[in-house]
Amino acid sequence: MDEIDKQIINTLQDGFPICDAPYRQVAAQLGLTEQELIARLKTLLDNGTLTRFGPLYNAEQMGGALTLAAVKAPQERYDEITEIINAFPEVAHNYARSHELNMWFVIATETPEQIQQTIDAIERQSGLTVYNMPKNKEYFVNLKLEA
Amino acid sequence: MLDETDRKIIQATQAGLPLTPQPYQTIAEQLGLSTDDVMMRLSAMQNSGVIRRIGAVPNHYKLGYRFNGMTVWNVPDEAIDELGQKVGQLEFVSHCYHRPRHPPEWMYNLFAMVHGKSQEDVDKQIQQISDLLGDYNLSCDVLYSTKILKKTGFRTSK
Repeated sequence: MDEIDKQIINTLQDGFPICDAPYRQVAAQLGLTEQELIARLKTLLDNGTLTRFGPLYNAEQMGGALTLAAVKAPQERYDEITEIINAFPEVAHNYARSHELNMWFVIATETPEQIQQTIDAIERQSGLTVYNMPKNKEYFVNLKLEA
Repeated sequence: MLDETDRKIIQATQAGLPLTPQPYQTIAEQLGLSTDDVMMRLSAMQNSGVIRRIGAVPNHYKLGYRFNGMTVWNVPDEAIDELGQKVGQLEFVSHCYHRPRHPPEWMYNLFAMVHGKSQEDVDKQIQQISDLLGDYNLSCDVLYSTKILKKTGFRTSK
């Protein structure tokens, strides 16, 4: 990753135009040719520096449902609980975290009702209480990770 | 509301935008639509919030952001919207949410994910949030991820 790649990453985090030849427009801002920008973007995607490039959709606005949930997994059952929870296709992410609530996962379903059904099933299979923390409100963020 | 055509565009672009000189035309050709229609629908979805933004998502780790903390704060409910908006504006915060408490064990209602290249960076960020919240910060904690147990994409709704 060189300085030009860093500029590309920083610029493209701010947004991408909707117009006939958007790469040409962004390339001109960066002093690159259209071909050069496209080739570098492809490399950054191929080597995993960028995980995505394109429209970022809001799952809930598309009719789906999401929640963040956590459990207190006893240390001696940690692997077993991980297996039970990860086996649900509705569980999109799962992280071990340093806290008494030591396993945090995101449940994504096509309908809001399926969230509760998934939580009930996890509670039945694990014997643990699931702390459901759906968002009450999301605040607008301005994240920019400087490359 | 989204119609069938919008959903087709969503399906076609969920993995990313084509890396062709005229990406919107490429999508239009794939779907048998006009380029103008695709561009107008994408703009409308962006305006209505279905699309958060069009752009690049870097891999935090590849850019050196290895320290990712979920900061959680107990703030008075009546002040949370004002505070949440301010915290979300900090440029190192990637997600900022009001979530329900589970008393007595879990009193935190404001969540903000922070990202830094060192523990020192993250400590400074946490201090910055703490300064911003001032007396409204009744208690707080930071949960670091110690392991990714699962990470898959979200399933798309039909």
